[in-house]
This record gives sequence, structure tokens and C-alpha cells, in this order.
Amino acid sequence: MKATKELLVTSTGHEDWVPLLELAAREVFELMLGCQLTSSEDVIDTVMEITSMVGLAGELRGVLSIQCSRESAALMACKMLGIEQDKVGPELCDAFGEVCNMVAGNFKNKISGLSAGCMLSVPTVITGSNYKLHRAAESLALETRLLFEGTPLVISLQVHR
Amino acid sequence: MDGISALIVDDSSVMRKIVERSLRQAGINLTHVFEAGNGAEALTLLAESRVDLILCDINMPVMDGLEFIKQLPGVANAKGVPVVMITTEGSEAHVVKALSCGAKGYIRKPFTPDQVREHVIPVLAGK
Repeated sequence: MKATKELLVTSTGHEDWVPLLELAAREVFELMLGCQLTSSEDVIDTVMEITSMVGLAGELRGVLSIQCSRESAALMACKMLGIEQDKVGPELCDAFGEVCNMVAGNFKNKISGLSAGCMLSVPTVITGSNYKLHRAAESLALETRLLFEGTPLVISLQVHR
Repeated sequence: MDGISALIVDDSSVMRKIVERSLRQAGINLTHVFEAGNGAEALTLLAESRVDLILCDINMPVMDGLEFIKQLPGVANAKGVPVVMITTEGSEAHVVKALSCGAKGYIRKPFTPDQVREHVIPVLAGK
């Protein structure tokens, strides 16, 4: 069985950023949503039907994205707003985008000397799972998989060379 | 502490709600909360209304937070009103730039209500 907590690095260099990416995400969920992201050795089959993306420009160029199920994104929104899950409406995409924005900002702040020279775009949220994200040929992909309230969350960073 | 009115400037409506909740959890008595989605909206709002405290993001469309606070000295309703930045931009360079533009405090996202209390209460007390 393939481990869910798999760190995927498709090229050499910056592999040591994966733990920072994971730490950045853990801190955001702990401080802003009041919950712990966990690791799991089990594979959980879930349709990742919502994606949030934040672009990075300047000294570090690329895209940070988070994918999860719509139910997970709704749960994030209700935890951030302190409301019941069935009361979450259009805030879902706003909340999910803001989570990605905070993870991206927290991540770049952890890399010495990078923060001031790297700018973030405003977040973009895509709903639906029937799409493929094509990355630039000369890019490095870092990925970490975590569990949010028992459901999978994929956090990816594509760094353009 | 007497009741105050606050203006929260952030392009995320969810984040504006979180900031408002954090202010209340910090024990700040909010009598009125104004919201704006970017600096330009905030300037329009300040042309009509006076507030006691402004909390402002940096990365926003239309007009960002640094440009917004640079324009505040020309706004009559913003004279003497303290501004606290709440942003994902955490570098010392951003902090220095914000403070040199007139911000009185700086909170990095993600944040806790305790951090909001630590940064906002002294600013409101004029320290």
C-alpha cells in the first residue's frame, strides 16, 4: 500500500522545503482553524474537487496550491467563521482561498532572505475535479499530503526555474 | 475601555469577520465595525465616516494596504487614527515600510486573538 504521507520531489534541489511547507500549513490550521493537521499511512480515496492557488513572483516564482474535497473546504470555512457547516455559502471559496494565501505567506516567511523579495498574488479557487494543471517544463514540484479532520489535503508547490 | 468603531480593510470577507471576532475576543468593545475590500473602498468610506482604529491587509486588489496608508494623512476623518497592519507579508522590510508609512502596529497572519490583543491594545492606549 502506498503511504499517504508521501513527499514527492520530481527534481533535485529545494527538497528541504517540503518540511517547511508542511509546517507552514500546520501552523495556519492550528492558529486560524483551531485544529491539527495529521499524518496518515493509509490511503484515503477522495475526489479532490476544489483547488486553491496562489502565485509567487519575484525571487521565487511558482504556484502554491491546496486541493481537497468540497466537504473539507466547507468545514474549513465553518471553523474559520465559527458557524455550522450547513450554514456555509459563498464564503466557502473565500475561506479556502485565504487558507492558501496564509500557507503561502507563512511558507515564504520561513525561508531566510526570501520573504521581502517574493510577492504573492491574490488567491484563485477552482471548483470541479475534471481539469489538469500543466506546469512549466522547467519547474520543480514539491508535494505533501496531510489529513484535515480525517480527510486528505494535498499541498503542492511548483517552483519555476 | 470605552466603545470604539473600527474599520477593517481586507479583500477576504472571511478574514474581515475573523479580525472582528479577534478584536472582540481581545476584550475590545466595538460599537461599530466598518468593512472595506481594498484601500480605495476604505478611502471612500473614510470620506463619510470617522473611526477610532483601522486594521488593514497589505496584498489587496485595486489599492493595496501600503498605498492606502500613504494616502491617509490627506483624509480628515483619519487624522490621528491608528493603523495596525494584519498581513501574510512577514518580512522585516515590509514591517519597516509599513511603519515608515504611518502604521502603528503589525500583525502577521496566521495570528491568535492573544497576538491581536498584544498589538492593538497598546496602540489604542497611545503607547
